[in-house]
Amino acid sequence: MTSPNVPLLSLCIWLPIIGGLLLTVIGTRRGERGVKHQALAVAVITFVLSVLLFRDFDASTAAMQFVERHSWIDAFKINYHIGIDGIALPLILLTTFTTVLVVLAGWEVIEDRVNQYMGAFLVLEGFMVGVFSALDSILFYVFWEAMLIPMFLIIGIWGGPRRVYATIKFFLYTFLGSVFMLVALLYLHGKAGSFALQDMQDAVLTLPEQRWIFIAFLLAFAVKVPMWPVHTWLPDAHVEAPTGGSVVLAAIMLKMGGYGFLRFSLPITPDGAASFGWLMITLSLVAVVYIGFVALAQQDMKKLIAYSSISHMGFVTLGLFTIFGISSATGSWQSAAMGVEGAMVQMISHGFISSAMFLCVGVMYDRMHSRQIGDYGGVVNTMPKFAAFMLLFAMANAGLPATSGFVGEFLVILSSFKANFWYAFLAATTLILGAAYTLWMYKRVIFGEVRNPHVAALTDLNGRESFILSALAVAVLWLGLWPAPLLNTMHASVDHLLHQVAQPKTSIAAYE
Amino acid sequence: MNDISLIIPEMLLLALACGVLLLDAFIGKRHPAVTFWCTVGSCLIVLGQVASYVPEAATFGFAGTFRVDVLGTVLKAFLLVLVVLSFFYAREYFNKRPSVPSEYYPLALFATLGMMILVSANSLITIYLGLELLSLSLYSLVAMQRDSVNASEAAMKYFVLGALASGMLLYGMSMLYGVAGTLDLSELLIKVDHLEQQRLLLTFGLVFLVVGIAFKLGLVPFHMWVPDVYQGAATPVTQFIGTAPKLAAFGMAMRLLVDGLWGLVEEWQQMLVILALLSMGVGNILAIAQTNLKRMLAYSTIAHMGFFLLGMLSATASGYAASMFYVTMYALMSMGAFGAIILLASAHSESDQLSDLAGLAKRNPWLAFMLMILMFSMAGVPPFGGFWAKWFVLKEAVVANYVWLAGVAVFFSIIGAYYYLRIVKIMYFDEPSDALNSETSADLKLVFSVNTLAVLALGVMPGALMTVCISATIPYLPW
Repeated sequence: MTSPNVPLLSLCIWLPIIGGLLLTVIGTRRGERGVKHQALAVAVITFVLSVLLFRDFDASTAAMQFVERHSWIDAFKINYHIGIDGIALPLILLTTFTTVLVVLAGWEVIEDRVNQYMGAFLVLEGFMVGVFSALDSILFYVFWEAMLIPMFLIIGIWGGPRRVYATIKFFLYTFLGSVFMLVALLYLHGKAGSFALQDMQDAVLTLPEQRWIFIAFLLAFAVKVPMWPVHTWLPDAHVEAPTGGSVVLAAIMLKMGGYGFLRFSLPITPDGAASFGWLMITLSLVAVVYIGFVALAQQDMKKLIAYSSISHMGFVTLGLFTIFGISSATGSWQSAAMGVEGAMVQMISHGFISSAMFLCVGVMYDRMHSRQIGDYGGVVNTMPKFAAFMLLFAMANAGLPATSGFVGEFLVILSSFKANFWYAFLAATTLILGAAYTLWMYKRVIFGEVRNPHVAALTDLNGRESFILSALAVAVLWLGLWPAPLLNTMHASVDHLLHQVAQPKTSIAAYE
Repeated sequence: MNDISLIIPEMLLLALACGVLLLDAFIGKRHPAVTFWCTVGSCLIVLGQVASYVPEAATFGFAGTFRVDVLGTVLKAFLLVLVVLSFFYAREYFNKRPSVPSEYYPLALFATLGMMILVSANSLITIYLGLELLSLSLYSLVAMQRDSVNASEAAMKYFVLGALASGMLLYGMSMLYGVAGTLDLSELLIKVDHLEQQRLLLTFGLVFLVVGIAFKLGLVPFHMWVPDVYQGAATPVTQFIGTAPKLAAFGMAMRLLVDGLWGLVEEWQQMLVILALLSMGVGNILAIAQTNLKRMLAYSTIAHMGFFLLGMLSATASGYAASMFYVTMYALMSMGAFGAIILLASAHSESDQLSDLAGLAKRNPWLAFMLMILMFSMAGVPPFGGFWAKWFVLKEAVVANYVWLAGVAVFFSIIGAYYYLRIVKIMYFDEPSDALNSETSADLKLVFSVNTLAVLALGVMPGALMTVCISATIPYLPW
């Protein structure tokens, strides 16, 4: 047990931010190697600190832990108030873990302005951990928006040919969503009397108010998830971003949408969410099925994975919003827990799998400078080790049992069965579609004859790449074979969340 | 307190400005540095004088025409700091150029005097006096570059439209005087409530007053002068016009609308709503089409002033505090943005085209980084000061039940984000052009860094400035 006086959580936020800023400002004076080593050191230390969080975390309670609270803006009682529960902790671990891999992934690839590249990712990491741990809505919003700046630069400076279009689209889309959330938060402040998340969750709201606030939140979170039809920024951003950027986008940024639903929409506006449950489920199923078909048609590997991400994130929103259907169908909120837990597992698992898939594409892109499926063929002949890794990740993406992809999807499908057979039926088509587009891509890229001399000249994974992919392979298999530690961590928090959702706020309003 | 001691800072500034004028006439041509340091020194002395007396409650002097209160004192302190900051930028700009119109400093001091009178005014006549002193100094500042066609055109436009606006303001004042029979704002405040029958006439007068205020702030549809003047004037003059006078205009609006015509609050609230909507819309949309940086910043100013109104039109004490915070933050950001143009400019070119910024991140990473902070701040992205400015006014608008207006405002801020992002894009993502790198003195770099880092610092820790703004508007709390 670490001493309670050490602000572990704050360290996880500020160490990478300050480290990243220092690298950006004074990094040019040091050599490139020095910059990379320092960036890696910061990322690894942050990861270790977050593991300490996990070690000391008490999974038996839903209460916020590692709480730090200092006055920030006295005039409006805005506090620097952070803390984590079982929902935030896994996402923080995912963030710190992924950042280590991203720093490693950029090791030899990035040649232009290395210090700024590494610095941007570290600052981004700090902001993202901040988003997952903020317990004051304004603090949350500050982290949420600030995050856009490093990502905007990462895509814009180190991205592909259409990077400017992609990054401005990314920024404006996400900005569009979040400013309406800001207005909703300001309105909630009037109702709750404070900006503290807890007070907002306790605030009594009428149904029309809840519906409006839910819509404002939806704009912010749906863009981030992204849900159909506001998903169009994602394929562009993914395709143009450098590998590290794609990894962070897919692994962590998309999860913020899901996290927002869990932390804001469901507990603050439970009745609003219930009244829009049909909409959310429809949009989720459209994402799962329609985007699955869109993925099937892609020629660009990164685009294919981007669409597959949207489709998989559809499971997250489906899992989160079937709970209303389940509770009305079965009369119990206990069985709804499975949907939320499935959504959480799906988020973490998608974090690992999509990172791995993007890194695999990155490995090939670094060698061939092409992402087109048609340019490849027979890669297994020259890169057998790589082909083995990619097979595992492709299978996980398709939801093969024993991989993490299976656990999340299975839990969500199982729980949506309880709400409505057709939800489950439509959701289950992804098992076919996912297998079809992932394995078909795998077949065209990896198997067959060596298509051209470029492929023949490919070299297999080096030590660094093997290490990154091994780490992810372990994570994918571990979560697939033994998800219990993850489920135990979040169980109490998910129960608490459902307890909040189960108490309609409007009925309290009627009493008072 | 007797009358004289209330007005000491203004009198002192008047004396010092005359002194600087004489000094400049005799030795300024040979030693420009002397004029500069005397000017800065004068402002600092006056600043000390202003800060030395913060009244507990509003104190009136000169038969009620002059008023010293917390709001006025804080505004004066803020605008003196901004004026001093802008002198440092101006010095660099004029040092690079062969012919130095040294009248810049005395004229700017007279303008400052006008602003100080404006924010302390308690009578319609004092308002007009301060406003004209400010405006006439600004017209001549714009016209100072005799050889430049753009500057002459800008000065002409500014003067003609400014005179028209002053006429409108006077007309409105005469209307109020005709109905209420007083020029004193404190008396007006009481009388308006008892003049139910003449409400139409009062409202009619109010319209013209609002036009005058809207002209000074550059609000749509009275914004025509803004882009031309901003583009045509020499950059330090633009910088001067775009910063401290906005605070003074806020002071004027407070004096007229809140101190004087509070009884007509429902009427002016509606007018401000329309002005705010139009300004945010027109400003943000037209800014996208600009290729000249100064002109783009002019349209951005218009949009910002629309945002700024969100606090005023809430018509609550904390709403005024929000507007005050907004306008201060805006002045600081726009000071930095024009300062960056001055830093970029060389002896022969103004470097105010957007394309001049291409690839700045590679040529001058430090300047590009600072300008990026300013642009994100103006777009209202945390953790920079501009975010809190927007946050504060939006909050007050929501509290005042203008949720729909807050929604429209954030929608326009998305449009606004586009052209600020475009600057970042040009600096960071585009390839460098062959533009010459200009030499910049180290002390201006320091001033610019402090200016920009203040925007960042106020973004991380906005609490102190918010508290100052809130305490300055405490007298407006409902009792």
